[in-house]
Amino acid sequence: MKINHHPDASTLMSYAAGSLPEVLSAVVAAHIEVCPRCAAEVAEMERIGASLFERIEAVPMLEPALGANEKSSTQELAQLLDTRFAAEDPDESVLTRLLGRELSDVHWKRLGFGIWHHPIQLSPGTQGDLRLIKVAPGQVMPEHGHGGSELTLVLEGAYSDETGCYRTGDVSDLGDDVEHRPISDPSEGCICLIASEQKARFKDVVARIFQPLTGL
Amino acid sequence: MVVATSSIGQRRYSPASANTIAMAHLLQRVAEERDREAFEELYGSFAPRVKAYMIRQGADPTTAEELAQETLMTVWRKAGLYSDTKGSATTWIFTIARNLRIDRLRREVPWQALPEGRDEEAADDQAPDEAVAERQRRHRVHEVLSELPSDQHQVVVLSYIEGLSHSEIAERLELPLGTVKSRMRLAYQKIRESVEDLK
Ligand SMILES: [Zn+2]
Repeated sequence: MKINHHPDASTLMSYAAGSLPEVLSAVVAAHIEVCPRCAAEVAEMERIGASLFERIEAVPMLEPALGANEKSSTQELAQLLDTRFAAEDPDESVLTRLLGRELSDVHWKRLGFGIWHHPIQLSPGTQGDLRLIKVAPGQVMPEHGHGGSELTLVLEGAYSDETGCYRTGDVSDLGDDVEHRPISDPSEGCICLIASEQKARFKDVVARIFQPLTGL
Repeated sequence: MVVATSSIGQRRYSPASANTIAMAHLLQRVAEERDREAFEELYGSFAPRVKAYMIRQGADPTTAEELAQETLMTVWRKAGLYSDTKGSATTWIFTIARNLRIDRLRREVPWQALPEGRDEEAADDQAPDEAVAERQRRHRVHEVLSELPSDQHQVVVLSYIEGLSHSEIAERLELPLGTVKSRMRLAYQKIRESVEDLK
């Protein structure tokens, strides 16, 4: 897979720091899985965290050491951890874990002419919006909103806009004020994973692009 | 805000290499011999820092203590997956603490990549003297961080230690989002340049 568009360095840093909003982290995690270059960047960025962590002013523990006088609770904890780690399947892709199924088994909801979506539920109380979007060939796509951060990862097919052509594995990490009109690939269309830090925007955006279409 | 400024004021960057090596050895003893004494030393060195990290991230002291214990328990259980050639013990433990904090905050995120998965892949093409390069790299990162202009250092600390998103940092410092991002980028650019020759 030849990847030409990567998340911004500041986005990767926030991901490495563990402070990137959950919806955006999901997109970065899915990209990193297929992009060794960004995986290496994130590893470098984790050293920054380790370096700061090393020099943090320590706060004394109340429990002197694990296991010595708290055998039973340690065992309980170990069991708890066992269950949790056992529940993770390392062979599943990020996307499969996100969706709880394969991409081919997604139940698409029609959003309008030539466009389908599938909202993805994350933790309760999560801010923002994460969803899959499927766009028919040669179709104008939902525009990125403005304000807050948004990330788009191409999962299948391609789309292009004023900033270039985005193919499978590519990420669009556009700043706040970039106006653009993405159009899906004329022969393949595309499937994308789109995260938006702000929830309300997405529907506004979809409504806006479909206004001219209904006038056709 | 108090924490961010105070940490800028009292930056102490001691050469970490001796300590780094000692920690890596302890971790190896835990991995290979299930050495309880070595574990207790690791616990004594890292648990109070993990606890401090969790408090800075917004956890109350009880939760922070719990998360610190859980972090060190994970170190004990997964020590076998750590190898000295993969990176520093501190980086490994930092990523475990970071992931546990994310888990707790979000209650189980099934897609959150665990650190050792990526480490294992990376380990395949690493030579034994990679461990030395790793220490050098970490030392350079220390140095660059200590020399960062305070506005860049501040956003880095807010992101990594206080756990704030870029939007939250922008809000707290009353800066445009773009300014926060460009300060982060500038800081990273310097760090990257400083380790370029070690790649
Ligand atoms: Zn990439």
